[in-house]
Amino acid sequence: MRLYAICVYLFLYIPIGIIALFSFNAGRHASQFMGFSTQWYGKALNNPFVMDALETSLLAAFITACLASTLGTMAAIALQGVKGWLRTLFDAMIYIAIMIPGIVIGIATLIALVTVFGWLNPLLASLWPDGANPPQLSMGMPTLVAAHTMFTMALVIIIVRARLSGMDRALMEASADLFATPWGTFRQVTLPLIAPAILAGFLLSFTFSFDDFIIAFFVAGSETTLPIYIFSSIRRGVTPEINAIGTMVMGASLLLLVAAQLLLRRGASKSNN
Amino acid sequence: MSFDMSVTMQTIAELRGVTKTFGNVVAAKDLNLSIGKGEFLSFLGPSGCGKTTALRMLAGFEKPTEGQVLLDGEVVNDLDAHHRPVNMVFQHYALFPHLSVFDNIAYGLRQQRPHVDKQTIATKVEQALETVRLGGFGPRRIWEMSGGQQQRVALARAIVNEPKLLLLDEPMAALDRKLRKEMQFELQNLQRQLGITFVLVTHDQEEALSMSDRICVMEGGSIVQVGSPRELYDMPRSRYVAGFVGTSNFFDATVTDSAADQITVRLASGQKVHGTPEIPIDAGQEVCVSIRPEQITLTRALPTAEIALPVTIQNRIFLGEHTEYLARNEALGDFHVLVPRQAELNEGTFNAGEQAFVSWGEGALLILEN
Ligand SMILES: Nc1ncnc2c1ncn2[C@@H]1O[C@H](COP(=O)(O)OP(=O)(O)O)[C@@H](O)[C@H]1O
Ligand SMILES: [Mg+2]
Repeated sequence: MRLYAICVYLFLYIPIGIIALFSFNAGRHASQFMGFSTQWYGKALNNPFVMDALETSLLAAFITACLASTLGTMAAIALQGVKGWLRTLFDAMIYIAIMIPGIVIGIATLIALVTVFGWLNPLLASLWPDGANPPQLSMGMPTLVAAHTMFTMALVIIIVRARLSGMDRALMEASADLFATPWGTFRQVTLPLIAPAILAGFLLSFTFSFDDFIIAFFVAGSETTLPIYIFSSIRRGVTPEINAIGTMVMGASLLLLVAAQLLLRRGASKSNN
Repeated sequence: MSFDMSVTMQTIAELRGVTKTFGNVVAAKDLNLSIGKGEFLSFLGPSGCGKTTALRMLAGFEKPTEGQVLLDGEVVNDLDAHHRPVNMVFQHYALFPHLSVFDNIAYGLRQQRPHVDKQTIATKVEQALETVRLGGFGPRRIWEMSGGQQQRVALARAIVNEPKLLLLDEPMAALDRKLRKEMQFELQNLQRQLGITFVLVTHDQEEALSMSDRICVMEGGSIVQVGSPRELYDMPRSRYVAGFVGTSNFFDATVTDSAADQITVRLASGQKVHGTPEIPIDAGQEVCVSIRPEQITLTRALPTAEIALPVTIQNRIFLGEHTEYLARNEALGDFHVLVPRQAELNEGTFNAGEQAFVSWGEGALLILEN
C-alpha cells in the first residue's frame, strides 16, 4: 500500500519536476540537460506574446475572482434562509456545476452563447438607426469571464456557506441585542467573520480562472490567455521557454492555493474559540 | 431586601397570557408575570421547561404566539430586539471573536444614534471594566481570556448600556463550582449596586435560592409558582415545587377530613396528621405530605411530640456543619434527616443499625397536591 502510494506520487510529480528542471536548461533541447541557466525566464518575460497572454489571463482571473466572490457570498447568505425542496434544488445545481467536466461546460457555454448571439445580433441591428454601426456581440473577454464566474461561484458558495454554518447564531443575536440593525450586524459581525472564507474563495477563483485551458479554449474567442498560448506554442515543439512559463504559473498557483488554505484554517480556528 | 408585588412596586416588564409554540411543541403556556423595577427575578425549572423561551420573548428574539409582552407599560410584541432597551448575557457568552475586549463592550454604545462621542464611550467602557473587576483588560483579545473572565466581559458588554432589563441565560453553567459561587455573590452585589432589574434563567435551585428576590418556578412550559425563596421553601404549592426548591421527604397520604382551615390526612403507617394546605383539597383525595430533612428531630428516647415514628438508622454522612442520616420506618420508608452539629453534641452520633425515633414540630409537615 505504501509502495503503491509512492508510485502514484512519483507518477504525478516526476513530469512536473522535469518541467521545472528543464526550465533551467542552458541548452535549447528538451531531451538533454546542458547545464544551469535562467536565460529562458528572461526570454519568456521579454516575449511580447507571452506578456500579452499573461495580461489577458490576469485580467480575466481578477474580474472572475471579484465577481465570483461577491456573487457567491451573496448567494451563500441568501441560501441560508432557503429551506425545503428549493434548497435541495440549489444544492444539487451547485454540486453539478462543480462536477461537470470542464469540456462539457466549455462546449455547452459556447453553443448557448453562439445561439443567443445569433438571435440577439439581428435584433440589435434592427434597433440601431440606419447608417450607425450596430454593436456585434461575439466571444471575447466578457464571455470568458462569464463562463469562469459561473463555475467558480459554485466554489465560493460552498466555502462561504461552510463558514456561515459553522458560525454561532448567538453572535448575530448578540449583535441585534446590542442595538445593531440587520445591516449593522452584517457589516460588523457577519462580514468580518466570513472574510477569510471570502478571500479564500477569491484566491481559488483567481487560480482556477488563471489556470483554466479547456473552458477558455471554447469561449475566449480571439482572446489569447496564457494557457491557450502555451497550448498553441507546444504544437510547434516544447522549448525551455514554455517550461519556464509553466514553472512560473505553477509556482504562482501553488502560492495562492496555500494562502487560501491557510486563510480557511485560521478563520475556522478563530471562530471556534 | 424583599419584594412583594402586591405592595408599591413599579412594574417594568410584564407577560400577559403569553403562549409560544414551535410547530406543535408548546414551549411556553399562558405565562402571566409582572417583573418589578430593580428586582432580581429567576426562572427556575428543569431543562426544556421553557425558561429560555420566556427570556427570549422578553429580549425580542421570539414573538409570542398568543398574549402580550409589555415593557414599561407598552406592548412590545412587534418591537425587534435591536429596538428594545434590554440586554442579554448569553449562555455561552457570544462574545465577538474578531473584536478586542474593549470593542466588545463598546459595541452597544457605538450603535446609538446620534453617535456617542469617543471620549464618552472610552470612559463608560473603562467604568464597566472596573465594575466587573477587569480594569486594564480592554486591549486583550477574547480568546486570551479565561472562562470566568469571558463571562465578566459578557456582563460588562450588557451593563454598559444601562438596560431596563438585564437578561441572563444560565450565565454560570459553564463555570466550575468554586468560580460559580464567587460569581453568584458578585452578580448579586452588582445588581444591588447598579439597581438594574435582573432576570435570570437557571436549572440550579441553589443559584436561584441564593441570588433571587423572587423565583418563578416553571414546569412543562407553565409557571407553577412565583414567590420569594423563603415562600417557595416554606410554602410550596405542590410536590414538584417542594422537590425543586430544596430537598424534602415525601410520603403518600389520603385525606380523611377536610375543614375550612385544617385537613386531616392518614399516612400509610396509619397515623393521622393535620395540616393547612395552600390549595383547597377535598376529603378522599390522594395527596402527599412533605417534611424537610432539617425539621426532623432524631432521638433515642420516645419524644413527646404528637407523632413519633420508630426508625432504624441506615446510613450516616458527615457534611461538616450537618450530619445527614438515612433512617427507615417499616411502614413509610426512608427519611432523610439533617442533624445540626449542635444537636449531635447533645444526642451523640447514631450508628447504622441503631433504633431511634423521628419526630417533628408543629407546622413542619406540609400537605401538598400530588
Ligand atoms: N427554536 C425552536 N424550535 C423548536 N422548538 C424549540 C425552539 N426553541 C425551544 N424549543 C422547544 O421548546 C421547549 C422549551 O425550550 P427552552 O425554552 O429552551 O427550555 P429551557 O430553557 O427551560 O431548557 C423545548 O421542548 C424545546 O425543544
Ligand atoms: Mg435554556
